Amino acid sequence: MTATDAHIASQPLPDTGPVAAVPPALSIGNVSHSYGPRRALIDINFTVQPASFTALLGLNGAGKSTLFSLVTRLFGIQNGQIRIFGHDISRTPGEALRLMGVVFQPRTLDLDLSLTQNLLYHAALHGISRREARLRSAEVLGRIGLADRATSKVRDLSGGQMRRLEIARALLHRPRLLLLDEATVGLDVKARADILDHVRQLVTEQGIGVLWATHLFDEIVPGDDLVVLHQGRMLAHGPMSRVIADAGAQDVNTAFMRLTGTATLAGKPPT
Amino acid sequence: MSSTTVTPERSGFSVSEYIVCLNGIVWREALRFLHQRERFVSALVRPLVWLFIFAAGFRQVLGISIIPPYETYILYEVYIAPGLIAMIQLFNGMQSSLSMVYDREMGNMRTLLVSPLPRGYLLFCKLLAGTAVSLLQVYAFLLIAWFWDITPPNIGYLTVLPALVLPGLMLGALGMLISASIKQLENFAGVMNFVIFPMFFASSALYPLWRVQEGSPMLYYVCQCNPFTHAVELIRFALYGKMNWVSLAVVGGCTVVFMIGAILAYDPSRGLVRRGPGGGDA
Repeated sequence: MTATDAHIASQPLPDTGPVAAVPPALSIGNVSHSYGPRRALIDINFTVQPASFTALLGLNGAGKSTLFSLVTRLFGIQNGQIRIFGHDISRTPGEALRLMGVVFQPRTLDLDLSLTQNLLYHAALHGISRREARLRSAEVLGRIGLADRATSKVRDLSGGQMRRLEIARALLHRPRLLLLDEATVGLDVKARADILDHVRQLVTEQGIGVLWATHLFDEIVPGDDLVVLHQGRMLAHGPMSRVIADAGAQDVNTAFMRLTGTATLAGKPPT
Repeated sequence: MSSTTVTPERSGFSVSEYIVCLNGIVWREALRFLHQRERFVSALVRPLVWLFIFAAGFRQVLGISIIPPYETYILYEVYIAPGLIAMIQLFNGMQSSLSMVYDREMGNMRTLLVSPLPRGYLLFCKLLAGTAVSLLQVYAFLLIAWFWDITPPNIGYLTVLPALVLPGLMLGALGMLISASIKQLENFAGVMNFVIFPMFFASSALYPLWRVQEGSPMLYYVCQCNPFTHAVELIRFALYGKMNWVSLAVVGGCTVVFMIGAILAYDPSRGLVRRGPGGGDA
């Protein structure tokens, strides 16, 4: 090595920009949240990687919706940190929210507007021009098989169709992280399967990171990442097979029961 | 699984994105308004009932002397017309706040609040959209009132426009502030009793303040402190092509204060909208 080479080698590496490592789609660090004296979330830590499907499993009241409200900045963060592709949701909410699509548990569509009008409104909220929004709306409606209903009122859709429309709407601004809070609640078996397939396709074909909150075990498959939430505490996090093995169980159902049973009997429930 | 490519990310928002967002919110509010025809009709019927029945009945009881901005004796109907215009805006502001509480309970509000643009700007857009809707109602009222011999100078129809925007924003912001503190839709009835009625009756909408002062000096001071009085006077003067600077200052100041309060109330880290299970979302 020449002196010049040695000098170059000792210099810090330049910022390579696009080839830098991809930060997690979602990173949740030491997040806690209380409603007055009641602690709803206690020291939650996990990440969702791009192009991965992470199931957030918990019974009703486990803290899933609270966590979603924190991630989407509906609630202010009391303790801890939440980052979307490296953007702190508290410090740079605009950048973080731009990369995120959300499907909330309650319906958030305007029932008296048409499908297209709902999509155009969402596009406007993301600053997408009307011309571009029309193109994207036609595209997503075609993808979810509702192109022929574009001018129908949302009120006239079935529950499954409304959910598909909500997912399409959440993808309209081309986010890289998709959050779905109990998106299949109240739907029949076929509609549930269709929506789940559609979301899994988004992971494999578009590389979107998905956080899927549910209390239904049959919506989780081997290969998914799993976060088990119970009474505001995170009991397990990792690939589904590892969570099952660590719990000494045969399937996710038994693993969940063992984990939550242990927590209830031996652990201190949140006060 | 496909690999994820890292694309350069933009930071901040362009002016065109802000404009697109404003257009979208106003467009949606207008669409909703058009779909709710009964809302338009009831917004018109309320002041017209006051004009056709109440004012006709009190015409002989309440004579109005020559007071600015009027240059002659006027009929009672002419006097209360600006107050009824402000009443339209007051009810529209409270209606907007009611729909915000409803949207919050139903979940629609979340769509707005998870938009990446600054939340203060989004709420301001919503206020502007509500004000735009109130302008349609006001001009429809003025058209009908014209047939009832409420005929301000032609220029008044133009000069009143900016004077309507400011009270529209002020009352909308007040409604938004109230909506942040209301947890459930059922609690909204209290707004009628504790906000709308006192604001309307303790103002110069129905009677000139010098008459109030003769009857009750205490009530006179209450009316003077009521921002709705100044909204009415701002509209009254503007309708006759004149400016009431004191009212402009009061309404402008209250608009800023209420707007800041509403934006803070909807701020996720320090807002009034408390987050508890069953307590509605942000």
